[in-house]
Amino acid sequence: MHAIPFKRYVEIGRIALVNYGKEYGKLVVIVDVIDQNRALVDAPDMVRSQVNFKRLSLTDIKIDIKRVPKKKDLVKAMEAADVKNKWENSSWGRKLIVRKRRAALSDFDRFKLMLAKIKRAAVVRQELSKLKKSA
Amino acid sequence: MAPKKPRTGTRNPELVRGIGKYSRSQMYHKRGIWAIKAKNGGVFPRDDPKPKPEAPAQKRDVRKPATLRASLTPGTVLILLAGRFKGKRIVFLKQLFSGLLLVTGPFKINGVPLRRVNQSYVIATTTKVDVSAVNVDKFDDKYFSKESQKKKNKGEDEFFIEAEKKKRALPQEKIDDQKNVDSALIKSIESIPDLNTYLGARFFLKAGMKPHELVF
Repeated sequence: MHAIPFKRYVEIGRIALVNYGKEYGKLVVIVDVIDQNRALVDAPDMVRSQVNFKRLSLTDIKIDIKRVPKKKDLVKAMEAADVKNKWENSSWGRKLIVRKRRAALSDFDRFKLMLAKIKRAAVVRQELSKLKKSA
Repeated sequence: MAPKKPRTGTRNPELVRGIGKYSRSQMYHKRGIWAIKAKNGGVFPRDDPKPKPEAPAQKRDVRKPATLRASLTPGTVLILLAGRFKGKRIVFLKQLFSGLLLVTGPFKINGVPLRRVNQSYVIATTTKVDVSAVNVDKFDDKYFSKESQKKKNKGEDEFFIEAEKKKRALPQEKIDDQKNVDSALIKSIESIPDLNTYLGARFFLKAGMKPHELVF
């Protein structure tokens, strides 16, 4: 059989990132599929609601729940699967955290960052020139 | 005895719509206008509107200094957006009565002297410097006013020489004021690492920087 190109499936328990709308940037769990276009979605800090699949980006993380679990069971399952840490250690999750931190830099912070980059580049260049000389 | 309830309704029963039982003079008597008049010395008591107590005349020309943006507190680092020093990062000292902001470079760090600046031409950053040690009480709008030039009826040559002389003299007093303000300020600036280089550099936008998305 040929390799299946899809790795992340819409299934009950799939963690997705909301990429449009009021809940933008939130991690939610697909708790039920309503029809071809919509899913019922839930998260520990929001009211269970419907969301179009176009507004979701599927992640690699999946938790073990039954169809439409109670909030308590959802929270328990998320802790058991350690979703938060898995997400924050994944490259996608880390990128988002870095992006948020960069956006919150003040003008002074950006200046200090610039100085640090220049310093680091100078050190790298020194080492490189040393290596070039010795080669 | 229970107090008499005030009479409600007319004392003149209606016979037909528009026609009462009693005539005008009969009603005069029934209503007791004669008794009220007698009580009030022959005249029906008038209800003259009482004159309002003399309120102090409203001052219409009350001037208040322009309301400062909440982000502008003494010690805030500002970015100037217009004028000779555009792009410079300066320290905000206080608001003057005219509404303008009193700022300083400090002069040693970036060449901006004690100066007045309009808050509309300024971005307030979130970086703050401690200015409690700086005394800015003596500065007000009069300090910055241009010296009035007396009308001269002299010839052109003399006029030009006079003008040059006026430009050169910066009163020693102002130089000393600048030094006094800046010495206290520079001490608190040195306490924060990199802040003096930050104030010495100008602000610029690079490719990809969106001002409406930047946090200052």
